[in-house]
Order: sequence, then C-alpha cells, then structure tokens
Amino acid sequence: MNDVSMAAAMTAEQAQAAAATAPPRIAIRNLDFFYAPGLPKALKGITLDIPDRQVTGMIGPSGCGKSTLLRVLNRMYSLYPGQRAEGEVILDGRNLVGPDVDINELRARIGMVFQKPTPFPMTIFENIAFGVRLHERLGKAQMAERVEWALTRAAIWNEVKDRLHSSALGLSGGQQQRLCIARSIAVRPEVILLDEPTSALDPISTLKIEELVDELKKDFTIVIVTHNMQQAARCADQVAFFYLGELIEVGPAAQMFTAPRHPKTQEYITGRFG
Amino acid sequence: MSATTQAPAFTSDPETRRRLGRRRALIDAGVRWFCLGATVVGLLFLASIMATLLWRGLAALDFIVLTQEFQPTRYGDDTLPKGGLVHAIVGSILQSGIAILIGTPVGLLVGTYLAEYARGSGFGHTVRFVSDILLSAPSILVGLFIYQTVVLPTGGFSGIAGALALAIIVIPVVVRTTEDMLQLLPNTLREAVVALGAPRWKMITLVAWRAALPGIVTGVLLAFARIVGETAPLLLTSFGNNVLSTDLSRAMASLPVAIYQQANSGFPDLIEIAWSGALIVTFGVLAINIMARVALRPRK
Repeated sequence: MNDVSMAAAMTAEQAQAAAATAPPRIAIRNLDFFYAPGLPKALKGITLDIPDRQVTGMIGPSGCGKSTLLRVLNRMYSLYPGQRAEGEVILDGRNLVGPDVDINELRARIGMVFQKPTPFPMTIFENIAFGVRLHERLGKAQMAERVEWALTRAAIWNEVKDRLHSSALGLSGGQQQRLCIARSIAVRPEVILLDEPTSALDPISTLKIEELVDELKKDFTIVIVTHNMQQAARCADQVAFFYLGELIEVGPAAQMFTAPRHPKTQEYITGRFG
Repeated sequence: MSATTQAPAFTSDPETRRRLGRRRALIDAGVRWFCLGATVVGLLFLASIMATLLWRGLAALDFIVLTQEFQPTRYGDDTLPKGGLVHAIVGSILQSGIAILIGTPVGLLVGTYLAEYARGSGFGHTVRFVSDILLSAPSILVGLFIYQTVVLPTGGFSGIAGALALAIIVIPVVVRTTEDMLQLLPNTLREAVVALGAPRWKMITLVAWRAALPGIVTGVLLAFARIVGETAPLLLTSFGNNVLSTDLSRAMASLPVAIYQQANSGFPDLIEIAWSGALIVTFGVLAINIMARVALRPRK
C-alpha cells in the first residue's frame, strides 16, 4: 500500500521535474483577451507553460476562459473582428499573438479538434487529403501513404480502409471524431488542441479517444479542454484550473486531484460548484 | 420542503374542470374542421385548374405542336396546315438558359458575399434589402428597364435582351437561396477548415459551397422554373416571333408570350394551341420543381 503511493508520488515528482526542466513548447505570458472593445477581459494575465510532448488538461466551470485560451493558441479568434489578445504566446521564440504572424502556417503547426465532429462533405480520403494539400504538394502514392499513416495514428484505419472513397458523413459520431483527429495529424502539426473532444460521444468512443490521446503524446504536444474530471485525471500530465478568466492553479495531474493548493480548485474538483 | 415551494391546490371543482375540458374539445374540433375546410377549398381550385389545363391542353397536344412553327389560320378554313409551338419552346429554353448562365454566377457571388463576408455589416444589410426588393419587384418593371437600357439603344427587340431581363429576375432568387443555405452551415465547420490552415477563400469554395450545394442547385432550379413562366419582361424585350429563330440579336419567341398572343387571337384553333403551350410550361415547371426536391433530398 505504502509502496504504491510512494511510486505515485515519485512519478508525480518526476513529471513535475521533467516539466520544469524541459523548455516549454508554448510559453504563455501575461495574456489578456477581449471578446469586444468595452467588454471585460475574458482572460486576465494568464501565464502558463505548455510542456513539450505532454498532455495539458484545462479544467474549470463554463465561461472560465479555458476554451477562449485554446482559441488564442491557434489564433481562431482572428476570424472574428473585434476580438483581441494582448500579451505573449511564445512558440519557437516568436509571439504568435503579435502582428505579422502567418496565421495559416501557424495553424498548420497547431491543429485543432472541436467539440462536435466536423467531417467535411466529401469522402473519407478527401477529408484527410484536404489539409495536406493546403501545405504540401504530394504525388498520388505519397498522398495515399500519408492518408493511411494519419488514419492509422488516429486508430481508425481498420474501420475505414475498405470505404475510403465513400462519404465521411456516413461514419458514426465517434468515428467522425477520430477522422477529425486524423485530419489534424495528417498536416503533421507540433501541437494538437482538443476542445472538449468527447463531450458529444458515447462512453466507448470516449475511451477510444482517451487511449488515442495517450498514444499521440509520444509525438505531439497536446492541450485538452474538458469538463470531465476523470478524463483530465486519466489523460493529462499537467492540469490547469481556470476560474472567471484567471488561471487559479496549475500542477501535475496527480497533485491537482489529490492535494490541490488552492481552495477554489478543491471545491471545483470535488463538485462543490461548476 | 417548505410551504412556499408546495404546489398550489386545485382551486376549481370537478364540474368546472369538466366544462373547461368540453370547451377545449369543442374549440379543437372547430379549428380542425376550419383548417380542413380551407385546405379543401384551396385544393379544389388547384384541382380545377389542373383538370381544365389537362382537358384543354391534351386535346391539342400532339407531335405537330411540338415540332412545327406557327401557321396562319382563317375562320372556317380546314385546309390550312395546323401550326405548332416549336419556335416558342426553343426560344424559351434559349432565353431562360442564357438567363441562368448569366444570373447564377452573379447571384452565387452576391449570396456568398452576404453570408460569408458581410454578416452584420451595414453595407450587407443594404445589399440584402435591395436584393429582396428586386425579388418581389413587378417583372414588367424589369422588362421596362431592359427596354430602356438595351432594346432602345440597340435598335430593336432581341433574344439577348429577353435573356438579360430574365437574368435580372434570376439574380435575387439565387442570392437569397445561396445566402440562406450558407447561413445554415454550422460555424464550427468553417472553423474546422480554417483550423487546418486554409485561407478563407478556400474554406468557402472548397467546403462551404460543397456543403451548401444541394440548396444552391435548388435555388437555381426554382429560378429557372420562375422565369420559364415569365411573360411581362419578355413582351418588352424579345417581343415574340412566329418563326423558329436562334438568332439572339433578333426578336425571339417564348412559350408565355406565344400563349398570350395566341390565346388573345380569337381563333379557336390558335386558342387550342395556346392551351397545349400552357400545359407544356406547367409540366416543365413541375418537372423542374421535382428535380429540385430530389436534389435537396439528403444523400447517404
């Protein structure tokens, strides 16, 4: 009994140590976000490191800013005039919320999967090839190889290999979501953002996505927003708790769920509010 | 629980409740029969129109009507050959086809602008308002406009003037359906495309248009169905013609105008032909509407 908890503590410490020593993939510094001029800040002075090839879980009650932060990381907010971020989000030494950032190139490096599956109205093959074609010129054979690779990594190849050229809209919800993950992977991003990727899925599909996240973190840096505490505990290495636009606490998952430092975190993870 | 959260007790006695129940049942039956009656009246008119059309139209509809041009006629003279409507059928297809070819791209682009670029902008609201006015403008006005701007300067009625007038009617129909169909797409679909690093124009042309395609096609077919039956704008632009002509620079026949002219002629045999023309237009439009419905049906 003691040995087991000792081991857990060790791994938590090791994880923390690893996170502390390795340079972060993305460094967020003093980030403020405004949905419209005149509205109060939706994010208030967020400072957070996203460690390389680990899973960062973001939790917090609805409206706390976690999805907002996710949408800053790939500049999704730039679609909407009036929305504005101030501060720094450093990726490879460059501030990606600053001016003169090639947003399309940035989005190729930071992929995103949404709450509801978003298959495009085309074949399964074309869904995957679509993103690749935006950034690379591949021959027919190379493209087929890339599509198979992406679908295999997203653990859906075996289910769709015989129907690559039929519509992606015919897949089940869970399959569609893995297709969307494959579509992101196919562009070979460095970071994958997952915005509540399982909240529209059944438990079996959810389990598959969670296993997939575990597998993908070997090669990709992953940020996942979730409302599900168990999911954050199962998937994430580092967990960040947000409340009312502020980052309340961040730490290794094991510590956040067993010994949170902040009383608000304690209240939230025990279901007292949210 | 505390007293404040308790449900209030029934205040009415069983007799009152029964009476209210009877009242509801009575009103329900009344509304139902009223709706049914209105439906029957509407359907009766429609059925009577269709029956007359079929009766009179089929009487004269034959191979000659579909293959021959107009032939002059004289009272009581059976020796003259029977005429047909092929000049009008060809003229209608040509002018409507060209109108669709001109109106569809313009309407598609305006609709796309409204749905994808001008959401909530003042200029967008103005464009949408003007387009909606055009949608319900009397079509004779469109004819007058082309008469002033094309027919007078070019020195005469022409098939291309007719096609232009019809194109002006096509544009607002396609604008509306395109905008509506694009508005129906979930925003997350757009975000998902953009999240892969796609520029906006690729998002629109490669995904949004494809997702909205059945609806856009329906809009185009409905616009076609509308202009095939338009008479007023053609009277002032392509005028009509009694011989088969594919020369767009000259006056050109069309089914609605031919129907108008022959039905007004007073000659029984020409009136017969006009009825069969009406039948051809009606079933053409019906066929197009059915095609539109099939196109809009969700595909597996």
